[in-house]
Amino acid sequence: MDTSKNSEMANQVTSTRRRQLLTTGLALGGAASLSMPLWAQSAAPIKVGHLTPMTGFLGALGEYAAQGIKMAADEINAAGGVMGRKLEVITEDSVNPQVAATKAQRMIERDNVSVLMGEISSASALTISQVAGRNKKLFFSIGARSDVLRGKDCNRYTFHVDIPVTVMVNAVGQALVRDNMVKGKKIFSLTADYLFGHDLTKVAKKFFTDNGGTLIGDELVPTDATDLSPYLLKIRQAKPDLIASNLAGNQVTNFVKQYAEFGLPYPVVGFNLNTADAWAAGEGNLGGIWPTVWHHDLQTPGSKTFVANFEKRFGRIPENHAWIEYITLKIMAQAMNATKSTDSEKLIAYLETGAEFDILKARKGYFRSWDHQLMQEAYPFTVKPKGQAKNKQDFLQFGDAVPAPNQSLELLATNKADNTCKM
Amino acid sequence: MQIVFLLEQVVNGLVLGGYYLLMALGLSLIFSVGGIVNLAHGAFYALGAYISLEVIKYFGFGASILITPVLVGCLGIAFERFLLRRFYTADPILSLLLTFGLAMVVEQFIRMVWGAAPLSSMMPSEFKGAWMLGDMMFSKYRIFILGVVVLILCGIWLLLHKTAFGRVVRAGVQRPDMVAVLGIRLQPYMTAIVVLGVATAALGGVLFGPIATVHPAMGTEIMTVAFVVVIIGGLGSFWGVVVSALLVGVVRGITIHFEPAASEASMYVLMFLVLMLRPRGLLGERIERFE
Repeated sequence: MDTSKNSEMANQVTSTRRRQLLTTGLALGGAASLSMPLWAQSAAPIKVGHLTPMTGFLGALGEYAAQGIKMAADEINAAGGVMGRKLEVITEDSVNPQVAATKAQRMIERDNVSVLMGEISSASALTISQVAGRNKKLFFSIGARSDVLRGKDCNRYTFHVDIPVTVMVNAVGQALVRDNMVKGKKIFSLTADYLFGHDLTKVAKKFFTDNGGTLIGDELVPTDATDLSPYLLKIRQAKPDLIASNLAGNQVTNFVKQYAEFGLPYPVVGFNLNTADAWAAGEGNLGGIWPTVWHHDLQTPGSKTFVANFEKRFGRIPENHAWIEYITLKIMAQAMNATKSTDSEKLIAYLETGAEFDILKARKGYFRSWDHQLMQEAYPFTVKPKGQAKNKQDFLQFGDAVPAPNQSLELLATNKADNTCKM
Repeated sequence: MQIVFLLEQVVNGLVLGGYYLLMALGLSLIFSVGGIVNLAHGAFYALGAYISLEVIKYFGFGASILITPVLVGCLGIAFERFLLRRFYTADPILSLLLTFGLAMVVEQFIRMVWGAAPLSSMMPSEFKGAWMLGDMMFSKYRIFILGVVVLILCGIWLLLHKTAFGRVVRAGVQRPDMVAVLGIRLQPYMTAIVVLGVATAALGGVLFGPIATVHPAMGTEIMTVAFVVVIIGGLGSFWGVVVSALLVGVVRGITIHFEPAASEASMYVLMFLVLMLRPRGLLGERIERFE
């Protein structure tokens, strides 16, 4: 093909159409300015690099995450943006830890983003956190729960929004001890074979032994395994008193369904279950007590409005990852408005002051300055008795906030003495 | 005791292998007859799972086992007639690109229609639970799956070996030119084979729904296993694929028994060993036109 001829033709076409295009553009721009907030003349948009898994065993959660952040960005922009500048969120599939790091670096260098945020996989959050540290860019690690991110591998530029593994274990641990399910019991655990699972199982193991239980087996389950029947047979052979699930994402759903399929008699408890994965497991298959960071039944005015708006816009009930991404972007906007800056150092200084943020819960949240963890309420949930669910997503019984309203928010989290974080 | 436990894993592995067979058999058939590596095979499996969710809503699980493969089979007719047919004699890279692209299109289509969140199909309550045979435990539902697989297997074997249809297909695999000389058009046979292949894949999707989650990428997930099975078994061999599917299932079960972390790697190690010793696969036939 003759390219020079082609470009010549293209030039001709553009020149004849340019005037027409200009007029239309002008008209469109004029129309848009009537309905849209008027951005300050010179202000370039504030770019936010958002990475989250959209495929793989966490992909279903990532879709909620992307919708949550989109809704927050649109609300902020409709209200005039941040410091009169438009927010532009660039969302990409983080795929795996290596790709996540490459994309984060590219977003900083090429897209010139002011802030990085996102992630559900702890392994990917770790590599992005390292990129953020090297480039001295603020990174909100939103949905990653591994303790080591806030401990050994902590980093001055990374802030953690979701509840860490320790809080998850402690949130349901009290209930397990109360129901006499740990002391003197033989426990068999299944663990997701990656950073998060390893971290969770370490904390869970400590919790069980501290409370008089014995761990008689702990099996690593690859994240891409869908058939868990061989593990179920191993569990049956071990004859435990209790099964503890330290699985992640899709794995939990598959485990719960196949456990119901085999109909084993042992009670199951677990320290990690996202509501979307619980919904997929279906009513009648799920039992036990689980922790969560947020649930759409939370009866605060902020949460109710959020749920209603989300349902109206996306036609489905928001999952906890939609909520957490939504509030994180709002936290970032508040920090930028307060400091009148997008500079990472200034934002970090503000976040470290212990400023409070409305996170649509009964109590406000704040970041601890020494491990950058958002302090907030968590909730245990159980399963409603058969026949009480109003629809397919209504079979979870949402519990009261922990810590209780009169207790410190830091009650369930690691204390400074036990934490190995050095910024 | 240890022996009983191991035996239990072996039998469970056989069931799993039977399940892989539903995918691998169609893949192998389409390759043998048409010379096309159908990378979109997993897409039909995923479509089967998703369509069955809709069918179950109106007609129940039992009916969906029959209706869904028929519906997906109809898609198979269109797939063969309008897409595959243009590529039988073309450069293999073209059909690879076509089916690879189609797999992506279908996955995104599923995302658009049903969303990325995993969906769930409930197992009918009569299938829940397990049977005990001595000290060994078998999931009722998986025994049911095994029964269905055995039926399908017998059906396909009879079709290929005891009917005029099967004779033409088998002749077409070895000597398409000779079949043409005899005045037989292979195209309608190819349509039938593709329909058969994608319908069994869809049936796999239907049967898998109650055990695990139905999600858009499920097709890609199962394709890897199906390929390994076909390669170990040997291209073009009916019994090779059968033996290999069962072998992969059993090896996986035994690996989980002794070294769970290596379970996903086990089938690749098996493939490596088999290819080292028998590059054509366990029972792979020599097909002249592919050499």
